[in-house]
Amino acid sequence: MNAVSYHKISHNFETTQVLSKISFDILKNEILVIIGRSGSGKSTLLQMINGLILPTEGHIEIFEEKIDYPNITKLRLGIGYLVQGAALFPHMNVRQNISILARINGISPEKTELRIDTLLRLVDLDPAYLSKYPHQLSGGEQQRVGICRAMMLDPKIFLLDEPFAALDPTTKFEIHRELLALQKAEPRTIVMVTHDLQEAVKLADRILILEKGVIQQLDQTGNILNKPANAFVANFIREQIIEKAI
Amino acid sequence: MHLLPILSENRSLKKLYKIIRPALLFLLFTNVLGQISGGPIRIGAKNFNEGYLLGEILAQLLEHHGFSVVRQFNLGGTLVCFEALKNGEIDMYPEYSGTIAEQILRGQQDLSLAEIRTAVGENFGLNISPSYGFNNTYAMAVKRDLAIRYDLQNISDLADLPDLRMAFSYEFLERQDGWKNLSGVYQLPQKPVGIEHGLAYQALVEDQIDLIDIYSTDGEISRYDLFILEDDRHFFPEYQAVTFYRTGLPSSVIRIVNLLSNRFDEAQIQELNAQVVFAGKPYSEVARNFLSGMHLITDTGEPSRVHLLSDISEKTLEHLELTFIALLGAMLVAIPAGISVYNTPVIAKPLLYISGLLQTIPSIALLALMIPLFGIGVLPAVIALFLYALLPLLRNTIVALFGIDPVLKKVATGIGLTRWQRLRYVEIPLAIPTIVAGIRTAAVINVGTATLAAFIGAGGLGEFIVTGLSLNNTGMILKGAIPAVLLAFMIELIFELIEKIMVPRHLRQKIAR
Repeated sequence: MNAVSYHKISHNFETTQVLSKISFDILKNEILVIIGRSGSGKSTLLQMINGLILPTEGHIEIFEEKIDYPNITKLRLGIGYLVQGAALFPHMNVRQNISILARINGISPEKTELRIDTLLRLVDLDPAYLSKYPHQLSGGEQQRVGICRAMMLDPKIFLLDEPFAALDPTTKFEIHRELLALQKAEPRTIVMVTHDLQEAVKLADRILILEKGVIQQLDQTGNILNKPANAFVANFIREQIIEKAI
Repeated sequence: MHLLPILSENRSLKKLYKIIRPALLFLLFTNVLGQISGGPIRIGAKNFNEGYLLGEILAQLLEHHGFSVVRQFNLGGTLVCFEALKNGEIDMYPEYSGTIAEQILRGQQDLSLAEIRTAVGENFGLNISPSYGFNNTYAMAVKRDLAIRYDLQNISDLADLPDLRMAFSYEFLERQDGWKNLSGVYQLPQKPVGIEHGLAYQALVEDQIDLIDIYSTDGEISRYDLFILEDDRHFFPEYQAVTFYRTGLPSSVIRIVNLLSNRFDEAQIQELNAQVVFAGKPYSEVARNFLSGMHLITDTGEPSRVHLLSDISEKTLEHLELTFIALLGAMLVAIPAGISVYNTPVIAKPLLYISGLLQTIPSIALLALMIPLFGIGVLPAVIALFLYALLPLLRNTIVALFGIDPVLKKVATGIGLTRWQRLRYVEIPLAIPTIVAGIRTAAVINVGTATLAAFIGAGGLGEFIVTGLSLNNTGMILKGAIPAVLLAFMIELIFELIEKIMVPRHLRQKIAR
């Protein structure tokens, strides 16, 4: 079963075409990483899934149903969302940030507490943090809270839009480990956007390379590295490896 | 002292009173038609010394004859008084024939009293009494020694003294019956400068200047022994003092009003003015002495009416009432309006422009505009203050909501909050510090502007200030000004406290950044 299917998706922003006639499927419970340079359209592609950006042409199916835009909120509650810097609500403490969706959607306090406990353990965050405010946390801690907030309602799909770009390598390493642990404990479809090939290779089951709104290659991680589909992909991989080496 | 009525014991009762009082006043005002038979006689007065004095004389005279009287003194100028009279908010006030001719009948200066009576009757359903017997017109004043030195008698003598230093009030420099035409009629070569009227006498006495414009009944004339030049070409129009009243008044009232006809001459009114301005006597006392001297009333010794200088705390309470009813109303309108505008940004700009425009209307003009619509008293003042409070509240609400980090809005939407939930749980809480700052600005603006509400008879601390300014009485000005400043200061402190309680520290810092 496909978690997400893109059907001939195009998207125009003002006069420029950001995505052009893209079709592909995201498999249930796989980790798909979308990688590309700035302006390749990768973030736009991701935000089509939770309806923050609408296709100019084409349509998207989530679990084989067309997105019902008038009732998009209901769909979004089943899709976790994490962005760069986590964007925690600054006026809420950690507990309030994590539990907001549970609170406004009528989940019982007991269930909510249990879920908070589970999530904190999975991302390795001390419960003492629950009463702290976002500005008192480090970048990595904020991202862990962000993951918990996104996972509160146990969504089937988790969207990550370059969430770890600003973190230092050690923190990034730890948080990758926790993300994989989470996936092992609670398998779900994860779609992540990054410009970091190393991160993609480490996390992805499959990688999608996007350039100028067109898919350059969508394949198993091994195949991307060993059998680049075209000169752009080969060049892109070489550039990334050299950049890391320097 | 009940400086903060909200905190006093009878909280709910007082709140209720505060809420219903404007409504009661409104009913009172809309009920003016029933005024003709029975009810108190409402007497207005312009906010200057002679205005108070003549208003008080009218009031005491009527009281002596058994009428109950409501004093609406402190009304801010001819326009306010006339509008109030025309709209039946007051029944009478002392006015001058030349002012009626020029400002109300629009520039027909040489009308006789009979012609004025016909014109105001036909156009407005109003009437005037016969003259009180004195003419309070503009006049040219010099020190007596200067008049002797140059042998000055008439205004026409000034034509031979081109170097004479003249200083005139700004109004006199501009008016039709002022310098522009005076210098033409008399062929005067001098180049006068402008001066605030209150300072003119001082400057003249200290020989800073040689000649000023004055009102012919000013108390200063006798006090400084000034010499008035004869208007030998009869340039200045007549400003006969009269009672300007509504035609619907009972004849018994009018008969009493007319008792004042020809009771004064210029020297006498100068003397009465001087008693208030220089001897510092309360005008109620000066009025009573005058009336009993004229055998128009029998002096009963102690005045029966409330003391002129009523308690500061009472005025402070009135002031707070004006300020906070208006502020509360503005909050109830502007904050929800700001929030709904946020959801339809197309109307945000026009709305901000309109409320910005309201802000630029001078306070006194806005208050005057309220009179035809809402009469005089608390209601129009509250509405004017309400309009002034709208802008800071609306602007801060809109700016706060639009200023929220777009990433936070995107994430809130992305994780599945509806538009309303996003507003309720994310945007409004984040906007609150800026909105509270807007409330604080509006409150301080209102405390300041409310002092002007005295001009349309709304009471408050402005009553001391306006009266004090008119009587040149610094003590009385301070009696209003100091509590007003303290109030503004207290409001600042209270809001600082509110902000401390309501806004977490990290958000406060964020706002400051």
